[in-house]
Amino acid sequence: MAELATHGAHPQGFAHQFEDIEQQRDAGRLGMWVFLVTEILFFGGMFTSYTIYRALHLESFIQGSHQLEVKFGATNTAVLIFSSLTMALAIRAAQTGKKKGQIIFWLVLTMLLGALFVGLKLRFEWYRDYVDGIIPGVHWFYNGPHAPGVKMFMCFYFFMTGLHAIHMIVGLGILAVLVSMTARNKFSSEYYSPLEISGLYWHFVDIVWIFLFPLLYLIGGRY
Amino acid sequence: MSTAIAEIHETPAESSVNYLNVTYGIKSWLLTLDHKRIGLLYLGSITLMFFVGGMAAVLMRLHLVEPQGALFEPETYNKMFSTHGIIMVFFFLVPSIPATLGNFLIPLMIGARDVAFPRLNLMSWYLYITGAAFALFATLSGGVDTGWTFYPPYSSTYSQTHVVIVALGVFIAGFSSILTGVNFIVTIHKMRAPGMTWFRLPLFIWAMYATSLIFVLGTPVIAITLFLLGMERILHVGIFDPAVGGDPLLFQHLFWFYSHPAVYIMILPGMGVISELITAFSRKKIFGYAFVAFSSLSIAVISFIVWGHHMFVTGQSIYAGLVFSVLSFLVAIPSAVKVFNWTATLYKGSISYEAPMLYALGFIGLFTIGGLTGLFLAALATDVHLNGTYFIVAHFHYVMVGGAVMAYMGGLHFWWPKITGRLYPDLWARIAAAIIFIGFNLTFFPQFVLGYLGMPRRYAIYPAEFQVLNVMSSAGASILGIGYIIPLIYFMWSMRYGPPAGPNPWGAKGLEWTTQSPPLTENFETIPIVTEDAYNYPSEAAHG
Repeated sequence: MAELATHGAHPQGFAHQFEDIEQQRDAGRLGMWVFLVTEILFFGGMFTSYTIYRALHLESFIQGSHQLEVKFGATNTAVLIFSSLTMALAIRAAQTGKKKGQIIFWLVLTMLLGALFVGLKLRFEWYRDYVDGIIPGVHWFYNGPHAPGVKMFMCFYFFMTGLHAIHMIVGLGILAVLVSMTARNKFSSEYYSPLEISGLYWHFVDIVWIFLFPLLYLIGGRY
Repeated sequence: MSTAIAEIHETPAESSVNYLNVTYGIKSWLLTLDHKRIGLLYLGSITLMFFVGGMAAVLMRLHLVEPQGALFEPETYNKMFSTHGIIMVFFFLVPSIPATLGNFLIPLMIGARDVAFPRLNLMSWYLYITGAAFALFATLSGGVDTGWTFYPPYSSTYSQTHVVIVALGVFIAGFSSILTGVNFIVTIHKMRAPGMTWFRLPLFIWAMYATSLIFVLGTPVIAITLFLLGMERILHVGIFDPAVGGDPLLFQHLFWFYSHPAVYIMILPGMGVISELITAFSRKKIFGYAFVAFSSLSIAVISFIVWGHHMFVTGQSIYAGLVFSVLSFLVAIPSAVKVFNWTATLYKGSISYEAPMLYALGFIGLFTIGGLTGLFLAALATDVHLNGTYFIVAHFHYVMVGGAVMAYMGGLHFWWPKITGRLYPDLWARIAAAIIFIGFNLTFFPQFVLGYLGMPRRYAIYPAEFQVLNVMSSAGASILGIGYIIPLIYFMWSMRYGPPAGPNPWGAKGLEWTTQSPPLTENFETIPIVTEDAYNYPSEAAHG
């Protein structure tokens, strides 16, 4: 508690281990970037495996890709890109010292779009995949051509989109915390680091999807 | 007059408050955000894991006293070496120096109040003990028999043991490493005191920075690989299963993409510690500071492009093998740069032989043997003969135990007075260091010979002609075991009964020695301003 007293002049949200708010902001930003590097390698192991198997079993992967509905993937791509815009607008609102109602508006809109993405994925993709029996290891009745390779493709599809969806859900949790922090006046135009670095995370999760969509839905000349 | 008296009364009062006695109670430890206390939490938990893993090793060596095996069924023996490997690699060696000494020292050495993200730091420890709990639970409820490498298809399809639980434990502990790495990188970049430029940093910090890079770049890959393995085992959907077009070799590639750099996670921090010890006990500036600093970074970089040397005989293309062989030889260059620079630092230094220095000198000799025998294994032709034999076991134990554990012990002895504010009995510490050195060599040198003669690793029985060498190795292991128990006893003794150490018992350079022992919660009363290079020992001392 003593350190709080000595640094009493600093703005809200200032942590005692730093010299000033500038250093804290830089540290937070760098920390998130380094964390995103680990995320790239985390997904990278999966993208590498995907690339190798796609090269080995191209026909099967195309066949597998044809099991997916492009229209839902495309809709979700648009939803996510739009959510990145609203996230950026939330940060901008904080940066320019707008009223907290405006920040909350953009944050909640981002959350709704994120929830829409997850909802569409669950209801119109994974649920239908379950009904159609193309979930490997859970509900698998596929007996078309290239069955083993299609199974492999569907494994990648579920692992990659599943991990991505987990990241989306974590992101929704972070956004909920940000809404509550904003409501409690934690941010100002001087201090909005949590918003900014959460935004980096949200954009990263979107970018992963930007790679997943063509790799999973658009292979084999079907547009 | 009255102010002078007040000052006199204040000085001892201030130094009696430190990070250890500032608050009391179990909660003040389990919820602490102080990097020094978190370092001690790690110290306690990894010491427990070290003795669990060590127990498995001692039991294995006892078993191998007789050619037909003295104690266990072969299945049990398989579980013993798997448990030993998994616990020692993932739960002791990887976190050993970074999470204990690194956590404790990085902010002190760079002149900061704490790491950049104290809460994340505490979370790392909780992730570590959660992972360790899974591993211990699996061990107690029957163990795992895949070896620490988890190769499929055995691990994914055929093993009847707790593969998933252990893999989950390693997966969770991996996130502890990742978060520690992120924290250290940001701390070293952003939290340095005024005047603490990159080239004034102690070399321990450079080593920790290189280690953190590997944490951050390597660990996520093993995490995703173990995730895929777990999925394959639970859902029977083979990413690595040839029956559906998968390739078990892909697992090995992904596994070693992390696990080879992980070798340098284990040795680089040790090298950092040795740079500190050698300079402190020869009272000299390090020879070739920039070379030692950059050799740490180049080891980290090269570590990511040599993983294929673990796969020379597992069906990898011979041309890939050639490339990996050449690249593996490259690692020898920065490693040798370090050894030569340490030796050159000793030259004409005023050397004293306190316990930490004994470990440091032991490290240089043993690491050199471990490193040079690594070159035998990096050469394709000799590797075909030596692969899968005790030669490999001896080689990596010279690096991991003779190197990393020696450095860890040396570091603990060096900074123990700073950590606890107490001195330990120096004579006992020197005796223990000698016992460890003798026990270690007696354990592992015969294994070089055994391996060269063709005794394969991971077998519960062996031909009778190898018995003499095996008995020597087992005798050495029991000496080594005693050598590790002695420090445990006198360290615990010193916490209560050791004489006060004072701020700088070794007369060493470095910011951590400028503050009181044990330090304040915020490390320094005022943030120091750095005006000199690291290891700026008076030059006349260099000439004796």
